[in-house]
Amino acid sequence: MGSQFIASTALSGEDFATFPDYPAEIRAPIGTTFGVSAYQMNIGADPITTAGDKPDVLAAFNPAALKVSLPLLDDGALLIVNSDSFTARNLTKAGYEKDPRDTGELDSYQVISVDIGRLNLESVKPFGLSKSDGGLCKNFWTLGMLMWMFGRDLSPIEAWLKAKFAKNEVVRDANLTALRSGHAYGETAELTEAMPRFKVSKAELPAGEYRGITGAEALSLGLAAAAELADRPLIFCSYPITPASQLLHRLTRFGDLGVGTFQAEDEIAAICAAIGASYGGAIGVTSSSGPGIALKTEAMGLAVNAELPLVIVNSQRGGPSTGLPTKTEQSDLYQAVYGRNADTPIPVVAARSPGDCFFAAIEAVRIAVRHMTPVILLSDGYLSNAAEPWLIPDMNQFAPIEACPVPVPGDNRDAQGMAFDRDAETHGRPWITPGMPGLMHRLGGIEKDIHTGHISYDPRNHQRMTDMRAAKVESVARFIPDQAMELGPDEGELLVIGWGSTYGPIYQAVQEIQKSHANVGYTHLRHLFPFAPKLREIVGRFNQVLVPEMNMGQLSTLLRDRLGVVSTPLCKVTGQPFLISELVEKMRSMLPQVVIAANESVARGKVQ
Amino acid sequence: MSAALTAKDFATSQEVRWCPGCGDYAILKAVTKTLAEVGAKPEDTAFISGIGCAARFPYYVETYGFHSIHGRAPALATGLKLANPGIDVWVVTGDGDSLSIGGNHLVHALRRNVGLKILLFNNEIYGLTKGQYSPTSRIGTRSPSSPGGSIDLPLSPGQLALGAGAKFFARAIDTDKVGLGDVLKEAHAYDGTALIEIFQNCIVYNEDVFASFTDRKSAAETQLRLKQGEPMLFGTDNEQGIRFNADTFSLEVIDAKTGSEQILRHDETNKVLANMLVELEAPVALGVIYKNAADSFEKAWHASRKNGLNRNRRVADALRSTNTWTVT
Repeated sequence: MGSQFIASTALSGEDFATFPDYPAEIRAPIGTTFGVSAYQMNIGADPITTAGDKPDVLAAFNPAALKVSLPLLDDGALLIVNSDSFTARNLTKAGYEKDPRDTGELDSYQVISVDIGRLNLESVKPFGLSKSDGGLCKNFWTLGMLMWMFGRDLSPIEAWLKAKFAKNEVVRDANLTALRSGHAYGETAELTEAMPRFKVSKAELPAGEYRGITGAEALSLGLAAAAELADRPLIFCSYPITPASQLLHRLTRFGDLGVGTFQAEDEIAAICAAIGASYGGAIGVTSSSGPGIALKTEAMGLAVNAELPLVIVNSQRGGPSTGLPTKTEQSDLYQAVYGRNADTPIPVVAARSPGDCFFAAIEAVRIAVRHMTPVILLSDGYLSNAAEPWLIPDMNQFAPIEACPVPVPGDNRDAQGMAFDRDAETHGRPWITPGMPGLMHRLGGIEKDIHTGHISYDPRNHQRMTDMRAAKVESVARFIPDQAMELGPDEGELLVIGWGSTYGPIYQAVQEIQKSHANVGYTHLRHLFPFAPKLREIVGRFNQVLVPEMNMGQLSTLLRDRLGVVSTPLCKVTGQPFLISELVEKMRSMLPQVVIAANESVARGKVQ
Repeated sequence: MSAALTAKDFATSQEVRWCPGCGDYAILKAVTKTLAEVGAKPEDTAFISGIGCAARFPYYVETYGFHSIHGRAPALATGLKLANPGIDVWVVTGDGDSLSIGGNHLVHALRRNVGLKILLFNNEIYGLTKGQYSPTSRIGTRSPSSPGGSIDLPLSPGQLALGAGAKFFARAIDTDKVGLGDVLKEAHAYDGTALIEIFQNCIVYNEDVFASFTDRKSAAETQLRLKQGEPMLFGTDNEQGIRFNADTFSLEVIDAKTGSEQILRHDETNKVLANMLVELEAPVALGVIYKNAADSFEKAWHASRKNGLNRNRRVADALRSTNTWTVT
């Protein structure tokens, strides 16, 4: 029974090729040590971006398998690690001195640690298999989990299993159960769905010191870096939600960087505690995903009115409501820019790649402190999980983060008014915090007099305060660099405008189209609200504008609203990023057909 | 050094805008008096509130003050305490603010034992929104939103607090200078969440709702004023007392002369007793009902860290705390 089981379960290339949905390639084990056996399969997502023979995913059932197979992977690959096999004994056997999951050597990869062995055995328990036979089902358990992560249908594999083990019902049913259990695990644990990665070949990397980094890690480090630049502690207040929780997990480990974390009782408490932390002089940060951000909305208005710095990180996911927690979308742009009661403007910035989350976080904190305002930082599920090699930035390149100076208490002026002495350029007020003698003042959600800071119901004052809040957010644009081109000329036929995590595919697609059309330019927005200066001028130098977004055209609306620009949206909300081919196709369809135009001109000439 | 501050030094320039005769005036007076008496430093004191009549309180106290949003004051105050544990933080709230819209935050502040003094002005009605019944309104309360009388069971702040793990729960009456002053001082000295339920008379929408036990003429017969270690006696001449009836498993009133050996002494550290005292309807238990020392949340939070919120390490170092390689 045992040997038959092993023989049947070992996957052969021939067998896998029979999966109709699966252009698969199974190879003989490579570089086997300690009896490590491996199978490799190519799920074949995107023909352009899938690296030839480098796997995107490695499922390592033990440390030895990890050690052997890791060199096969490119940075950014997805590593599924069977955590219950990572015992001290197995680690030693594999030649690891320390658990590689703790040493940072896996930082370049997206690592998912799951007790595959235990969970698989648990799932096949009812079939009464021996421990070793039951253990063999873990291939299918893991495959089931991967099918979830890649959003694939289980039925072809189920059909194959039924045919393959038609004569052995126990083995058939055990494997089917393992497969379904792995799939159910992925869903229940809300494992973020895997996506094709957009790689930059090593040859193109600029010189310097590198490390691997995920978006969640870069964002965490960026927040810690911003706090260091501001020379203040950072207090991160959050309520768990997929896919934003990783930030909380990472920041909790940054205690020695002056970071404190607080797991609040709900989303509202999280943002209110962050506001309280800012009120106390720390960099208050809260984080969530769309539904949680919705709950925080009222408190964002409070932070606007109280003129306190605050960063709200949104790791966007598919919606509405619970929607698709593990799928990526960019559909919270309206929410970020427009989604509050009353005239409550808040600056919005977005990260575009895993490593860029670091810089976006510093920018968000800088704006928040300089202008004494909440700032929304948009990330998404894909960015949080994706890993890439990252040129380690020199911390000396960043200017300190400074608020408007705190006044010296004096007898001549009411401290209440001094707390709202705003800087003429930034409209930021002094960050006066409890504990400072002689500067006691009251603040809150009620409208206050623009000068005295006392409660005011005066209609003219409300107009002035509303104007001030709008001017404050608009003033952000005066402190940020002009909008620049990512690729191509800054004038021409077609301008592609992107924002957020679509950076990778758009960049590669524009590179591709430029081989035939040099008149295509690409600009990518860090600042969504307000836009960086000169965006309007850039747009004006192109005949057409294409806006690819993973939503139903939200940036297109914003461009029309803010700049009066009519653009062509390219919308996709399948939870999958753009394929380079579909972007190229769209751009091509918008570009003048050079050949036909020439023929027409010739034809016209003939008539004349 | 300047002379010791008086209650007047804790008053702001702002005109107090509660209804004439509102119980809030008396509470404000008792609080500013307490601040002066305990030697509070205005710059190290903050009043945080949510929404409601009570929530206007911070505008009238010459300390730091934050009038936040409905129900969220404990959450905001928690953030402040984490950022700066040295600030003496008072939360001012009402029965709607803390038991309805903000119930969750109150529960969690209590269970964490955040160092906040929470003054719960309970008037069993929504005042600011013009008189709707509240979560503490008694069944049958007629109001604009319950013209036929409210039908939902009122919530007991004491039971809720003890159930949530509160380590300090006290009660006082708005106009009772001595009783309120005493519990305010005890709360101020307590290192954790001190919840004080203040029976506050809303003269416009729910006048005299507590008159059955707050009326000074009958107060001796209707109030049980608790003192740690003292026998539980009440009445004009302390002629009545409280004993535990083991058959009914409850507290009951007995004649102090005949049953003096059975009269309980108040033990504020006894949670079972506290649960019975908050249930007692006649007389109504006042003073510190329950108090047990425990580390505050912010103390534990800072202690769990090597060096508080200070930096022991540079980000430049953290960026390299993993495998790095050089591209040339």
